[in-house]
Amino acid sequence: MPKVKIPRKSTSIDMTAMCDVAFLLLSFFILATKQKPPEALSVSPPNSVSAKAAPDKSILITLTKDGRSFLMLGDETKKADIINNINAAKGLNLTAAEIKKLNKTLFIGVPFSQLKSFLSMAVEPSADKLPGIPTDSTNNEMSDWLHSVTNVYAGSDQRQLQEMLLVKGDNAAHYPAFKQIKEAFKKNEIYKFRIVTNGEAVPVGSELYLNPPKSN
Amino acid sequence: MAEMDTSSGGHHKKGPGVKKSKKLSTRVDLTPMVDLGFLLITFFVFTTTMSQSTAMNMNEPKDDSTQVLKVKNSGAMTILLGKGDQVYYYFGQLEADKLSEQFKSTNFKEIRNLIVSKKKATNIDDLMYIIKSDKESTFKNAIDILDEMSICAVPPGHYAEVDMTPTEELLISKTEEANGIK
Repeated sequence: MPKVKIPRKSTSIDMTAMCDVAFLLLSFFILATKQKPPEALSVSPPNSVSAKAAPDKSILITLTKDGRSFLMLGDETKKADIINNINAAKGLNLTAAEIKKLNKTLFIGVPFSQLKSFLSMAVEPSADKLPGIPTDSTNNEMSDWLHSVTNVYAGSDQRQLQEMLLVKGDNAAHYPAFKQIKEAFKKNEIYKFRIVTNGEAVPVGSELYLNPPKSN
Repeated sequence: MAEMDTSSGGHHKKGPGVKKSKKLSTRVDLTPMVDLGFLLITFFVFTTTMSQSTAMNMNEPKDDSTQVLKVKNSGAMTILLGKGDQVYYYFGQLEADKLSEQFKSTNFKEIRNLIVSKKKATNIDDLMYIIKSDKESTFKNAIDILDEMSICAVPPGHYAEVDMTPTEELLISKTEEANGIK
């Protein structure tokens, strides 16, 4: 009986294709990841089950751990208008150069009285050295800022503004500081705003989990 | 035209008798490179944290002193947020002679069950959760309790944030003292 000759095949496989795939995936992941923008103010927001994504362009009030408030005007098209408006309304007497400089700063975190000296500084002080915008019930400057914001977004832009108002607070911030911010909103007849939170899964078995709201 | 002579001076002439240089295989084993590629992929996938900030809606009531919202005693549950992530609650209205019976302390883990059981036991029209935050409570507490309301699917308009009364402040500070919460 003749032996059946089994042809011996090489066990080495051409790895080129697999290598291509691996590096393609790698480059895809690296390029597709959006880098978190560096945050000058570090706050850790609370969790919530809300699934709506926070808008990129926003008027953001940040509340730090120690109760200081900062304002970020994220809409570049309106930022200059808001600054001009507050300059006129509060009689700050800012020069054109100072307004330009304020327009370039990422966030505002000084009271009106210190605005001029803040702008005359050669090097911008770090965020943890700034006093924040006062929100006391007697001197709620945040409310004045918001007043200028609402002035600029008058008329047809009002709807746009509603989407943009955000409050981002630190977990450890005390409640009265947050309440003052709410007061600032209320004084300007803004009753709707949004809180920036970290997304969280809806707890299994809860009512929201069993009957999820219809997406609109 | 000037041209480079690449034939290195005619020493290596092709043809019979000339020593053939050994032809090396151009194939490289790519297995380690594939390994490296996938290792990097797994590394990046695991180290990247998906951090999509979400936005929670917040609706504040209009300050209107002429319109006082009346709440039925049987349908009201007052939730008080104290320091150290403590939660206190009572049903209905506080009565001077039954304070210790009514005023109970709990925490954020238990409060969900209490909210749900109150919701089940009460007619939906009468249901009202009154949330009061103490000076010592944190922003996290205030957001967590509102989040708890949406988790328990309490319809909007059936919960409200209200300022604390001096009696309640006193009760909280007394309870905190008794429980040793700093």
